[in-house]
Amino acid sequence: MDNNVNEVKEKEEYSLNDDRRVKVLSPGAMVAKRFFRNRLAVIGLIMLLAMFIFSFIGGLVSPYGQDEQFFTTQEQQKEYVGVTQNDDLRYTVADGQEFSGILQAQFLLAQGRGETSFTYNDVTYDIVEEGPDMYSIYAGDTLLAVAAKDIITEEAGTLSFNVKYEALRAYVNGETSFSADGTDYELDEDGNILTGGSVVAYISRFVVRAQENGVIITRDFAEALEEAIKTDDPEFVYTGEDGVEYTYEITYNASSLTWSVLQTRDTYVYNRYAPPSKEHWLGLDTNGMDMLTRLMYGGRVSLVIGFIVVFIAAFLGIILGGIAGYFGHWVDNLIMRIVDIFYCIPSMPLIIILGSAMDNAQVDSQLRMLYLMLVLGFLSWPSIARLVRGQILMLREQEFMTAAEACGIRSSRRIFRHLIPNVIPQLIVTCTMSLGSTIITESTLSFLGLGVKFPFASWGNIMTDVNDAFVMTHYWYIWIPAGICLLITVLGFNFVGDGLRDAFDPKMKR
Amino acid sequence: MWKYIVKRILLSVLILLCVTFIIYTLLRCLPSSFVESMAMTLSQGQGSKSYDEWIAQLNAQYGLDIGIVPGYIRWLGQFLRGEFGDSWRYVMPVVDKFKEVIGVSVVMGGIAFVLELVIAIPLGIIAATKQYSKTDYIITASALVGISLPTFFFATLLKLIFSSGLGWFDLYGLVGRDYAQLDTMGRFLDMANHLVLPIATLVIVSIGSLMRYTRTNMLEVLNADYIRTARAKGLPEKKVVYHHAFRNTLIPLVTIIGGSLPGLFSGALITETLFSIPGIGFTSYQAMTRGDIPFSMFYLTFIAVLTLAGNLISDIMYAVVDPRVRIS
Repeated sequence: MDNNVNEVKEKEEYSLNDDRRVKVLSPGAMVAKRFFRNRLAVIGLIMLLAMFIFSFIGGLVSPYGQDEQFFTTQEQQKEYVGVTQNDDLRYTVADGQEFSGILQAQFLLAQGRGETSFTYNDVTYDIVEEGPDMYSIYAGDTLLAVAAKDIITEEAGTLSFNVKYEALRAYVNGETSFSADGTDYELDEDGNILTGGSVVAYISRFVVRAQENGVIITRDFAEALEEAIKTDDPEFVYTGEDGVEYTYEITYNASSLTWSVLQTRDTYVYNRYAPPSKEHWLGLDTNGMDMLTRLMYGGRVSLVIGFIVVFIAAFLGIILGGIAGYFGHWVDNLIMRIVDIFYCIPSMPLIIILGSAMDNAQVDSQLRMLYLMLVLGFLSWPSIARLVRGQILMLREQEFMTAAEACGIRSSRRIFRHLIPNVIPQLIVTCTMSLGSTIITESTLSFLGLGVKFPFASWGNIMTDVNDAFVMTHYWYIWIPAGICLLITVLGFNFVGDGLRDAFDPKMKR
Repeated sequence: MWKYIVKRILLSVLILLCVTFIIYTLLRCLPSSFVESMAMTLSQGQGSKSYDEWIAQLNAQYGLDIGIVPGYIRWLGQFLRGEFGDSWRYVMPVVDKFKEVIGVSVVMGGIAFVLELVIAIPLGIIAATKQYSKTDYIITASALVGISLPTFFFATLLKLIFSSGLGWFDLYGLVGRDYAQLDTMGRFLDMANHLVLPIATLVIVSIGSLMRYTRTNMLEVLNADYIRTARAKGLPEKKVVYHHAFRNTLIPLVTIIGGSLPGLFSGALITETLFSIPGIGFTSYQAMTRGDIPFSMFYLTFIAVLTLAGNLISDIMYAVVDPRVRIS
């Protein structure tokens, strides 16, 4: 800043040696002038300003919170009931009789062989085929049990064995009425058993199970379902007791011989990956959060982390580099060897290891962010220390420092008034450039899931969803805006840094 | 000169010792390690020993039952004898795994490096010779864009356009689905096809800094007195730029290029991870996230050695290439 370039403006009113003819610019104004003449630098500045406004003011303006979730109702098919067609013989044992498991097995064997009797423990049992898939078993003359594939489900009360027996026999033989225990019963074609006009039980080969808790299957529904299954209808509509009409879809699973019935119902879910709309300009993300708002808050996090990291690095770097450069000798040697060691530590792998260790230890998101800043800052001070030391070593030997010393200015003043201000331009350039690279490092880590974590947003972790190839190809609005924000910010820092470097350099006359 | 080199090498060894000690200490101090998560899984098995018993047994088995300093000394002894131990994550000797994966990384890095040189140096020179012209602005701006592009974003963009959009390349991996059925030529082409996007990413992301470096140095040379003399002599501009200026620009270029040669072996951690290319970077990424100490130690030491070698080479190159520099 020792060469003051004066701009001469030609105005005729002043005499030649009039001071007003000469416009004197301070070094700062010179730098600003050169900076603003650089088109790229100005573009960079505008980009940065835009991103700052977007991140810091946008968050306040946005009507949504950073982790506010939005919901929607969606038609979802849920498994409602499962239907099995009974294919086993089931036993109904007569009152006061016993028909144990061993006897059942013996009966099945005999029935399978087509025999009409079997012997067990010296007792001979007779099998009478009453109709298709219905057998009754007698020991001598007493009826022991009835085996049938059709199942009687009682509506209310209990039916006596006799009624069941007669009902089954009538059902398998296709009769429409029977009498048992002195009462007349009627059978309709749906398998309902009626007496005096009211249904007391029904016979069916289908077993209907509810798949969801709290679902009670009414006879009406089961009947409609059976009808649909019998007619091979893939879909049927049934109006429930609440008066709402639902559509059911029936699918048959051949391997397990079951039908499963899916109910189509409106379900309240996170509005995942909703496309851009009037309310949400950039749509919603995987958790149903507003993308634009998250971008704003993410920018805040990314920028703040960048600044803090660079601040830590600059703070350590200036102090250690300054000490090394000013004191020289063994202090310099020691500090520079430490710098060498830090230079040699592979920082990215190290941060990845630390990040995954924090993953395992389940460190709280907020604490994690703090650690991340500290680690990044601590790993990046050596380059600044080296720069400061080099500058100070160079400046110490220059004439103006000798002059300052000769003038008898005390050493603290020499350092802070004359040495430091001359280091600052280089420092500002380096810090601006490293802001950009720090933001890239942070976002890369967050992208890999090792940096800033949910619920906090950062431009890096917003893009994590891209690991799902489907999201990458189908939901551009999830990741492209975040990448563009990142690019604009880092580019802004680099443009400004580049412009500053040129502006600070007195040799760069344009 | 030889005295200087020997001194530098001795210093590098000292630095390396410090670095490996720091890394070893860090790895050992981490709150939750491979062994602990393994003990956790094992102790949850039915009728298993308690967590504490498992961890004691596993620590003894993996050689973690001794303190950090003795542990480091033992590691160092083994390292010097060339025993790098077995990787925990891959359950095989570290060296074998390393040999298996280093090839891809070197090929990838090498091709990217050559492409970078071929593209960046001419562009940097053009930008410098036409300073403040439109060409210069475009080249400088695109160099800065390259520097500012986050690798993961650019790689994803490439994937979106060329993999899922145009369908020219696969999204992930080094070999295609039908690799096993291909003949030698087909296999080669298949691998080459899978390497196109990663190499493109590497080149674009790292080309900017070399371009800017070339431009800055070329500008410095063009402002030197001997260039003014050459012009004053009446030499044609072409000869001034490509004969006098270019040769002098090569000095700093050769220095940093020499310095970055060892870096070819270190692998591109992020790029390989993004494209799931089984090179040294991706392999170590997985080892590191699982807390595999032997492999991580090996990889980190390897990188540190490469960095030191790079610095040494660039310093020596500087003295070799530039006759004005004499190191005492």
